[in-house]
Amino acid sequence: MKILVAVKRVVDFNVKVRVKSDNSGVETANLKMSMNPFDEIAVEEAIKLKEAGSATEIVAVSMGPAVCQETLRSAMAMGADRAILVQTEVELQPLAVAKLLHAILKKENPQLVILGKQAIDDDSNQTGQMLAALANLPQGTFASKVKLSGDGVEVTREIDGGLETVALKLPAIITTDLRLNTPRYVTLPNIMKAKKKPLETMTPESLGVDVKPRLKTLKVQEPPKRKPGAKVADVKELVAKLRSEAKVI
Amino acid sequence: MTREAMEFDVVIVGGGPAGLSAAIRLKQIASEAERDISVCLIEKGSEIGAHIISGAVMDPRALTELLPSWKEDGAPLKIPVTEDRFLFLSEKGSFRVPNFLLPPVFQNHGNYVVSLSNVCRWLGQQAEALGVEVYAGFAGQEVLYDENGAVKGVATSDMGVGKDGKPTEAYQPGVELLAKYTLFAEGCRGHLGRQLETRFKLHDGTEPQVYGIGIKELWEIAPEKHRPGLVMHTAGWPLPSDTYGGSFLYHFENNLVAIGLVVGLGYSNPYLSPFEEFQRYKKHPEIRQFLEGGRRVGYGARAITAGGLQALPKLVFPGGGLVGDDAGFLNAARIKGSHAAIKSGMLAAEAVAQALAQGRRRDQLEAYPKGFQTSWLREELYRARNFKPWMSGNLWFGSFMFGIDQMLLRGKAPWTLHLKPDHTKLKKASECEPISYPKPDGVLTFDRLSSVFLSNTNHEENQPSHLTLKDPTVPIRVNLDLYAAPETRYCPAAVYEIVRDAAGKNPRLQINAQNCVHCKTCDIKDPTQNIVWVAPQGGEGPVYVNM
Repeated sequence: MKILVAVKRVVDFNVKVRVKSDNSGVETANLKMSMNPFDEIAVEEAIKLKEAGSATEIVAVSMGPAVCQETLRSAMAMGADRAILVQTEVELQPLAVAKLLHAILKKENPQLVILGKQAIDDDSNQTGQMLAALANLPQGTFASKVKLSGDGVEVTREIDGGLETVALKLPAIITTDLRLNTPRYVTLPNIMKAKKKPLETMTPESLGVDVKPRLKTLKVQEPPKRKPGAKVADVKELVAKLRSEAKVI
Repeated sequence: MTREAMEFDVVIVGGGPAGLSAAIRLKQIASEAERDISVCLIEKGSEIGAHIISGAVMDPRALTELLPSWKEDGAPLKIPVTEDRFLFLSEKGSFRVPNFLLPPVFQNHGNYVVSLSNVCRWLGQQAEALGVEVYAGFAGQEVLYDENGAVKGVATSDMGVGKDGKPTEAYQPGVELLAKYTLFAEGCRGHLGRQLETRFKLHDGTEPQVYGIGIKELWEIAPEKHRPGLVMHTAGWPLPSDTYGGSFLYHFENNLVAIGLVVGLGYSNPYLSPFEEFQRYKKHPEIRQFLEGGRRVGYGARAITAGGLQALPKLVFPGGGLVGDDAGFLNAARIKGSHAAIKSGMLAAEAVAQALAQGRRRDQLEAYPKGFQTSWLREELYRARNFKPWMSGNLWFGSFMFGIDQMLLRGKAPWTLHLKPDHTKLKKASECEPISYPKPDGVLTFDRLSSVFLSNTNHEENQPSHLTLKDPTVPIRVNLDLYAAPETRYCPAAVYEIVRDAAGKNPRLQINAQNCVHCKTCDIKDPTQNIVWVAPQGGEGPVYVNM
């Protein structure tokens, strides 16, 4: 069984971003970039399935400028077998990514596609769902457990107030939630080996996909600063303040 | 699980200017000679540059020697110094030293205001393009010795070891990186370099190394106040005149200003807090005028070497050598070390390449110290050698004497002064006045935790603390009782805290290792040298951006 995993290059989760002074976006120059943490979970899950003997090949896909190769090398250092980069300088929005993935799906015919539930930069949480719709495939989103059974897969989903288990027929789309697994540390020998694994480069044009942005960012703002707290002398004052100042009671 | 081993011609520990330059030089020589030299460089930061913090004004001399076409190749040295200002500060006032009175070491014409972390990112790319195997995210944890006692390489740290010292599910053993020669380029107070100094007695016959702690912030200031290339240094307030130190304020690109304070770690009052000194320094009228209306975007701290030539250890031992500030090449008088680091890396690389060409392995690289002796770097450090010792006494007398030393004698004075280790200089708390520092205002001055937040530092919490204590009773019995817990003040990252029970009794030292910015100050200043800094898992610690 072949598994396709989608990995996105994002600002590292440890790095604090700041909004550009003209509110057009966030400063990204010289920032450390890493694989989207939810995508790391996706790669890890694919490797687990391969180690368990359920999968035979893992193909990692990323999209964006040439530097996204680094993200793909990380995926291969974790254990993906080969990689595809769809190279473009155009800002890619979820719909464009889903369309590109759909085009790759048609070429690669994987039985399972695993994606992070969302990227930590734009927090869209759309790509997996859009891909399922475009490809007309069943989807198991927010997965906290994945179990293959025969020609299907059981996906336990994290939903409001509990867990839901759905059974999907393969091929299927899965998006990962935080509790699905803990990604492994990459080892130095595996990074070395990853340098020699095949990485194929394509373009949106070669896949026949229009990636033009559909959404326009009007303004990016920092969240308002939290106001400092104040000490109250007694319950009476607290109630009075909650009523008159905070207006919550 | 056993460790895998890999062999290279050369292994370099540390991806700063010294290590990267050594790697680049080795590959250059190999390609000129049409030979292959395999070079592996490891870096504990999550990427090259992540742990690099410096002022910085960079003298391009060594870089030009290493990579003559750095300008065309896009090196991030873009802001030439346009103006030098040197001020002596008092609490409210200032006195600007006329430029003609400034010794040449304080003049920066021809130098560049840079982010050294960005310069290193660029050097890392150059190194990789030349075929150096660069592995960031791997800390050198252990020096490996061969049967003759020569250094044969290093082992990287195990990943996924739990707080209890036992492997977790994520456990991955480290790897052994073996080499004919190993160069240590960990920067100031490298934890492996320290072990090598002890084992091979590298400091025998030299002065002890002395240090400073540099605390830096990056500010984005109002465009109308920004003067790219303006370089300002101060001495005096807020530091007492018996404490060595000074500040820098550099106008960098994109309305960014790098601002910092260096405090000599030979200070005597255990109540002194370099962090708080830095915070209140920003309130001086000469400084706040630039910062008001701006916002702080970065924070970090790092110990620097300040001992200069007389504190330089023996540079080589069987199987390798120390380069950059792992040895201590920083020129404290010029407050510059990156050019020295690059040059020392090049000199070591040339010695290694020569040895490899002769078919040698794991012996003494005598050509490295020899090359240094005849280099411009040695000449430069020789002239500056009396700066730190003069400044360790009294600022005013020291400035006067160093002035004579530099202006009249051009650094060729017939005297060379001595140094004492920093940790021995702390006085008992009972002999000192507590210092009360103002509360942070949240605009110009801040507390430690909101500062550490901006260093982007992180550590997996489930791992053994990388700040180790030789004797767990010392922090209370000695540090708290005699010195009023100085580690809670000199640590710029709020790693050390004395916590007490509900009744305010039973004090104990809490070590918040996940806050650590890898500055190494505790390893240096702890009065009984009870705190030993070791490397945590690779890929952790600060992630400096534009620092």
